[in-house]
Amino acid sequence: MPKPKVAIYWCASCGGCEEAVVDLAEDILGILDAVDIVFWPVAMDFKKSDVAALPDQALFATLLNGAIRTSDQEEMARLLRRKSRHLVAYGACASLGGVPGLANQFSREQLLRFAYDEAPTLGADRKTRPALETRHNGHPLVLPELDETVRSLDQVVEVDYYLPGCPPTPKLTQAALLALLSDNPPPRGSVLAPDIALCDECPRKASKPQDLSFSEFKRPHQMMIDAEKCLLAQGLVCCGPATRGGCGAQCIGGNMPCTGCFGPTSRVRDQGAKILSSLCANVAAKDETAIQRTLDGIPDPLGTFYRYALPRSILRRSGYAAAETTPK
Amino acid sequence: MHDPNWEPRIVAFFCNWCTYTAADLAGVSRLKYAPNVRIVRLMCSGRVDPQFILAALAGGADGVLIGGCHIGDCHYAEGNLKTLRRFRLLKRLLAGFGLEEPRVRLEWISAAEGDKVRCVINEMVEQLRPLGPLAWGQRHGAQGWQAASAAITPEAEAAHA
Repeated sequence: MPKPKVAIYWCASCGGCEEAVVDLAEDILGILDAVDIVFWPVAMDFKKSDVAALPDQALFATLLNGAIRTSDQEEMARLLRRKSRHLVAYGACASLGGVPGLANQFSREQLLRFAYDEAPTLGADRKTRPALETRHNGHPLVLPELDETVRSLDQVVEVDYYLPGCPPTPKLTQAALLALLSDNPPPRGSVLAPDIALCDECPRKASKPQDLSFSEFKRPHQMMIDAEKCLLAQGLVCCGPATRGGCGAQCIGGNMPCTGCFGPTSRVRDQGAKILSSLCANVAAKDETAIQRTLDGIPDPLGTFYRYALPRSILRRSGYAAAETTPK
Repeated sequence: MHDPNWEPRIVAFFCNWCTYTAADLAGVSRLKYAPNVRIVRLMCSGRVDPQFILAALAGGADGVLIGGCHIGDCHYAEGNLKTLRRFRLLKRLLAGFGLEEPRVRLEWISAAEGDKVRCVINEMVEQLRPLGPLAWGQRHGAQGWQAASAAITPEAEAAHA
């Protein structure tokens, strides 16, 4: 019997998710015993036309990482959706919009203006913008179009499973593939990670005070961090209480606070609002001035609380981009 | 420009013990105030999860008003303090989202202050009027998320293929 076919594809991502697959190390041999990888642009020489030539639903599963923010990414997402029985949003960007999703604070015009006109770099004085179509030596050349809004994969096509993380751990990746291949696959729409907050698996859980109380918020570079004690108890903005566990608390192990890459648990709709709610409620100050002074310790609430989940949040993006759209 | 018949729509979260009782008092005192507000009664302003505010704004409200007991008078001792702390940072967050300042407002209104309910609501309606509809979901044209979510239906998918 032929082995199930699997594709791995990237959209708006950094390559870290590809690295996470490579980090399976020799365990990838066991996976290759069970499946054939038939499309993986970063590692193998198959083309889009090879995928297009497959019958619909011919792929057992596609692991797609990266957010969707260009016309060609949307086209590939639709193509792979059509060809796959299981589409897995692999990693924080595909699941939640991820770090590229922070672009939703700005309009496309603001982004292009900064990147091509204003950023201090060589050639910025030429003010060249990427053209969708151009001719070079008589040949027509086309570029994909940048979208106004960064979207998570499930805001473009239907998604069967989510594998969170920036990137997902090799352990979760392997478990996910085995679960999909088993006779009893998880229900569609599942997030393939534990549905409980990171604090639950945190090695410092015992030192988390019953009543947290922040007299000031500190940032990691401003202090010597105690390697044993709960990071919240030390006044650091740790997103553990509002973030799904399953990562093995790796950042905590590196003595750094959680930044929220596993996204919210199933009971929370908007991760950023929930982190904000939890941290602010535990501020110690009781008068306006002191409250304000404590909260000034969080200089960029949007970037801090929505680092990975802005496109998947309730508001999704900054609201005033429409006034600033690129003239077509 | 927007529909000339448009009226601001405010979602208000009032605590059971003070502000909702004040709204009741405004009613039995036959005070007239703008009919633009939809009041949701909660046991405490501290129960207002920031997600509620975002959901109201994304779901069609033009403004959100939160009413609680005066500081020191909270039925649950410190619920309104939690609200105040969250609200301070939420305002900064919402400014980052490009939301105009008057769209979200926090007021302490005791059970005896029926007239304050009237004043605050009337004033907020007048502040929202010049801002126009928030219409959060419709702001981004064809690239907006409403259009994007519609594409997920099988029919739209087939049409695209």
